[in-house]
Amino acid sequence: MEVSRNREYIYSQDELDRYEGRVIEELKANSTEPIPDPDEWLDEELKRNVLVTTVDAVINWGRRSSLWTAICFPACCAFELIAVNGPRFDLSRFGMEILRASPRQADLMITAGTMTWKMAPNVRRIYNQMPEPKWVIAMGACAISGGIFRSSYNVVPGYNKIIPVDVYVPGCPPRPEALIYGIQKLQQKIAKAPVLPDLPKSLRKGKQE
Amino acid sequence: MTVALDAKDIAGRVDGAVPGSVVESTVECILVDAGSLPAVAAFLRDTEDLKFDYLNYITAVDYYSYFEVVYRMTSLVHNHSVVVKTRCYDREKPAVPSVVGLWQTADFQEREIYDLMGIAFEGHPNMRRIFLWDGFPGHPLRKDYLQ
Amino acid sequence: MTLKTEPFVLNFGPVHPSTHGVYRMRATLDGEVILDIEPVFGYLHRGIEKLAEERTYTGFIPLTDRLDYISSMSNNMAYCMAVEKLTGITVPERAEYLRVIIAELQRLANHCIAIGSFFNDAGAYFTPFLYMFREREKILDLFDMLSGQRLTYNYMRIGGFTQDIPDEFLPAVRKLLDTLPKFLDEYEFFIKENEVLLARAKGVGVLSREIAVNCGISGPVARASGIDWDLRKADPYSIYDRFEFDIPTCENGDCYDRYRVRFMEMRQSLRIIEQAVKDIPAGPVRSDVPHLVRPPAGEAYAHIESPKGELGFYVVSDDSIAPYRCHVRPTSLINLAALREMVRGWKVADLILIFGSIDICLGEVDR
Repeated sequence: MEVSRNREYIYSQDELDRYEGRVIEELKANSTEPIPDPDEWLDEELKRNVLVTTVDAVINWGRRSSLWTAICFPACCAFELIAVNGPRFDLSRFGMEILRASPRQADLMITAGTMTWKMAPNVRRIYNQMPEPKWVIAMGACAISGGIFRSSYNVVPGYNKIIPVDVYVPGCPPRPEALIYGIQKLQQKIAKAPVLPDLPKSLRKGKQE
Repeated sequence: MTVALDAKDIAGRVDGAVPGSVVESTVECILVDAGSLPAVAAFLRDTEDLKFDYLNYITAVDYYSYFEVVYRMTSLVHNHSVVVKTRCYDREKPAVPSVVGLWQTADFQEREIYDLMGIAFEGHPNMRRIFLWDGFPGHPLRKDYLQ
Repeated sequence: MTLKTEPFVLNFGPVHPSTHGVYRMRATLDGEVILDIEPVFGYLHRGIEKLAEERTYTGFIPLTDRLDYISSMSNNMAYCMAVEKLTGITVPERAEYLRVIIAELQRLANHCIAIGSFFNDAGAYFTPFLYMFREREKILDLFDMLSGQRLTYNYMRIGGFTQDIPDEFLPAVRKLLDTLPKFLDEYEFFIKENEVLLARAKGVGVLSREIAVNCGISGPVARASGIDWDLRKADPYSIYDRFEFDIPTCENGDCYDRYRVRFMEMRQSLRIIEQAVKDIPAGPVRSDVPHLVRPPAGEAYAHIESPKGELGFYVVSDDSIAPYRCHVRPTSLINLAALREMVRGWKVADLILIFGSIDICLGEVDR
């Protein structure tokens, strides 16, 4: 049984590298302005009646009590994230012990580490692969603003140039207690979020693909 | 204790084995001409009482008029070390012969120097950028790199 | 009826479920068997060597923390030793003893993660890892007492330390020395003769001695292949020549041996800390160094035996307040040179285990 292949679709490593270089340059040219933080839950015009509020509360309780994290840990803050999952600062009491390898099964991305321009298209792709509703916690100084490496040639000055961020947790690295506080703040934010008008929120986030 | 060998003695022997290669030698290091670097490195690695079989590091420094590539070798057998340097005066397309055939550890380190400083290593099987992406403008670690 | 097959390239992407960081490999596979791998780095390249030229000598110390972020104190120590060699500063006795105690505690903490994540890669999802984390938390508490930080300490300075240790530190170290050997015995009892570990790790990913020397491998990986080379004995720095300890080596060079070497090194570290805590003198912890260190023009290279291997700093100075060039001899990048030799012929699952047994840290690979 002969298995033939169409040779045109097999790329050499040089072509893959050049393609990657073009993607990075394009992303770098288009990411100078920060993406605004999603804060529609502050919007007072979305008045809801009593029945919807109860449904909202139940759905939000379900969402915030079992956040599953997508793996995106480049650098040092990763070890504080793993320590939070560890036996001393136990994150599974918040329902969050799952660190799923696949972003398709996750709804929270905790960005633990410096993002470089070479890594940026991959982070954007992981964010796009997460299904709605999704949240992002920017952990550490490098995620907020580039941190101690801000003036470097390869460092993105903050994750909010590439993906929209919900909660910022400062520190270098933030102590596990600080990260747990940040997660609790996110849970409070989710508790107040309106559930039904979901579609405009995702369009306003500027989702691509 | 790893003895840092007196480079002047080694320089005498190197000059004897590969004539015309040693440009200058001080107590700390031997300065070698770039073209004869593979021969000098092979001599240092294979001579029985020198036997420098372990290459600690390769690095490059940008002094404004020339690039200097620094090699430090250690002998695990005899427990002594030596530093060998070579200079490259061309700023447009600097090139130095590669020692990847002698020590396989030079593979990634030479690619890194090419990526960040722009010095190409002749004879390297895979001379491509390693840290920065294909198409990055310039070589960042040079002194005249503007962001 | 012949089945025509051809090798295909599988990408182990920068984001993958392993604690080692953003490392990418393009593996050429024939079915499940690996023919060749090509590593791709740079996803964490932060340009630390270029940033060194903007910061002062003391201001570069926080950046050295972030190189090998699992064992930050070792990086600080290597850099401070390089600048002290350049300037000709001698460190007071008490500071030397403290440096040894802290370096060995850091080795314990690093090997906790190394062994824990080795088992994580082998498939024992998280249980051995969490056991090791419990002990690592105790060591991090000690470092928290010293410097206020759990991960990137910024505690060592050129000429010694910023401030002396608090009074509770040495009693707490003695308490750790009492409890940790029992924990190591308990851990070994669970893990050492486990059939799954032996089947997965014995004979897998063998690195021969000749290839190891040629590739410049150092640290536990080299010692597991039979190379009896440890900088604390071969080229003693600081005051390591005053202490009595052994260098564990193994012969085979497979994954199991690398794990055994790290485990035995943890016991030797406890011996060193015990001797140092007994003999530590009183005195100043920092020599008289100007606040803005300005070394004379020249260059220096200082290397230490960090938990992962030979970590060195090559510092060139031109008589100004910032280094002219500061190059890091990256242990993890150089240890990766042998990965290609080690994985040929093994399967994909073994690749993850072999890669985990080298114990790299991407902050040091990419700098």
